Amino acid sequence: MVVELQKLSTGIAGFDHVAQGGLPFGRTTLISGTAGTAKTVFACQFLAEGILKHGETGVFVTFEENVEDIRANMLGFGWDIAQWETVGKWRFVDASRGSEEAVFSGEYDLDALIARIRHAVGDIRAVRVSLDSLGAVFTMFPDTTTIRNELFRIASALKRLRVTAVMTAERSDEYGPVARYGIEEFVADNVVILRNVLEGEKRRRTVEILKFRGAMHRKGEFPLTVIPGRGIVVIPLSALELKQRSSSVRITSGNDLLDQMCGGGFFRDSVILISGATGTGKTLVSTMFISGGYANNERCLLFAFEESRDQLFRNATGWGYDFEKMEREGKLYVHCVYPEVAGLEDHLIEMERIIEEFKPQRVAIDSLSALERVSTIKGFREFVIGLTSFIKHKEVAGLFTATTPNLLGGSSTTEAHISTITDSIILLRYVEIYGEMRRGLTVLKMRGSMHDKDIREFRIDSSGMHIGRPFRDVTGILSGTFMYVQPSEIDRMRDLFDGDDQP
Amino acid sequence: MDEQVVLTLYVAGANPRSERAIQNLRQIGEAFFAGRCLIQIVDVLRRPEAAEVARIMATPTLVREQPQPERRIIGDLSDQATVLKALSISIGGDVL
Repeated sequence: MVVELQKLSTGIAGFDHVAQGGLPFGRTTLISGTAGTAKTVFACQFLAEGILKHGETGVFVTFEENVEDIRANMLGFGWDIAQWETVGKWRFVDASRGSEEAVFSGEYDLDALIARIRHAVGDIRAVRVSLDSLGAVFTMFPDTTTIRNELFRIASALKRLRVTAVMTAERSDEYGPVARYGIEEFVADNVVILRNVLEGEKRRRTVEILKFRGAMHRKGEFPLTVIPGRGIVVIPLSALELKQRSSSVRITSGNDLLDQMCGGGFFRDSVILISGATGTGKTLVSTMFISGGYANNERCLLFAFEESRDQLFRNATGWGYDFEKMEREGKLYVHCVYPEVAGLEDHLIEMERIIEEFKPQRVAIDSLSALERVSTIKGFREFVIGLTSFIKHKEVAGLFTATTPNLLGGSSTTEAHISTITDSIILLRYVEIYGEMRRGLTVLKMRGSMHDKDIREFRIDSSGMHIGRPFRDVTGILSGTFMYVQPSEIDRMRDLFDGDDQP
Repeated sequence: MDEQVVLTLYVAGANPRSERAIQNLRQIGEAFFAGRCLIQIVDVLRRPEAAEVARIMATPTLVREQPQPERRIIGDLSDQATVLKALSISIGGDVL
């Protein structure tokens, strides 16, 4: 039997999931990162969440920033440290460098600091202690060996106090030694690394648990973001569990014929991908999807990343759908935002928040590929996985559109990342027939159900989408390389395979 | 007229290093500031709040409270020349 170390829930969103419960209880964890990786925020949030979520008091030992600055900076995250201080939930031990330089003569130790920490912990019965940051201690004292020994003694003292502590430390390279001054040697039990890497002109923040001695944790780097009003939010992507239930209840796509093609509609908790070139009717399909939900008295949420609110509403009106009425009745919420306004992690957090608040039964995203622009390929894949898992977890139906880069045929990066996690894929394609452009639609994939295998022609007019007959005399639609076939040839082929399941 | 000198020495309990610092400080006081020097000794283990107020990190730490501005000397004060230079208190009109 494996005896798992007791963990202390940090309360930092997503981090506990990655840490499988939190930080090892009664131990010290080193938080190491280069400049600007939000180490101080982590150290403060560790205490703040303890106070807010678990009623646990905390002591903050600052070696670098002065106390007034910390109080002011953390207000932006909604943490009123000054107020917590007055009610005895938060205590500073101010070990930041004073204005005066000290002179050194002979041997010394850090007993005074240890005594102050012990006093503060005892005074407010602290459960959590943060020390920020150890590198600054080395700049205050000339004798590195002494300081290393003394920091080791501080770590031991914290252990005897039975507090759970985090110590922050600097490192010079994102993928180099754990920390400067060999700090990891004395708090080597647990090491967490924060990174802020420049990847293709885009910043990517991650957290990695390097080791938790004697305790389980998830391996690898997880994206994180720092949000005003909330602090650090970790996105535990690969830690997401595939435990969502699978529903066999069918819901309408908003179009009777499309429902028939799908074998009776979409599944209630499925994710549907609509792929097509620009102008093939993706926005129309998402509009249908929403009105189908509205007709069944469901709450619908639309994230629009390509078109403005006015454009969307005008489009909908043009097809005979009344978005304004739906919104007035509180059945529809349209969230329009340009992808460039935030990083992908921030978009994900914001979208999750809106879904949590609006509690929709249907979510449409038009288009997912627009978000590709603001991210690296890796970041985008993580985003898609994170969002899909979230939506499935909430047991809502999700419909995402993806734009293919080529007008004819082809596939998109979005598809490459998402196709395996979506339950259904519907392709919209331009079809050239004897010099005329028509539109075609096919259900490529419908997990857990029979579906129509035809590529059917459809028209768009002021009353929406009208799906017609299958294209019978043209092949190569999906690849975009059209070949025209004589009807007699089709009949001959059909006769060859007579008895097959022809629709 | 020589200035009044107020020195506070922060130590952590009774250990050889504390004893040494106290001894060294007494010698300096007697040799250079006899009769015009007030020395206080604070044990941070007994009075951690005093260490907190004065923001003392290391022990022993000697703080020159008077004359102003404040000066701090960290260590067991074994190097007398360094201590005197850092205190830079005038003796008989000369600044050491």
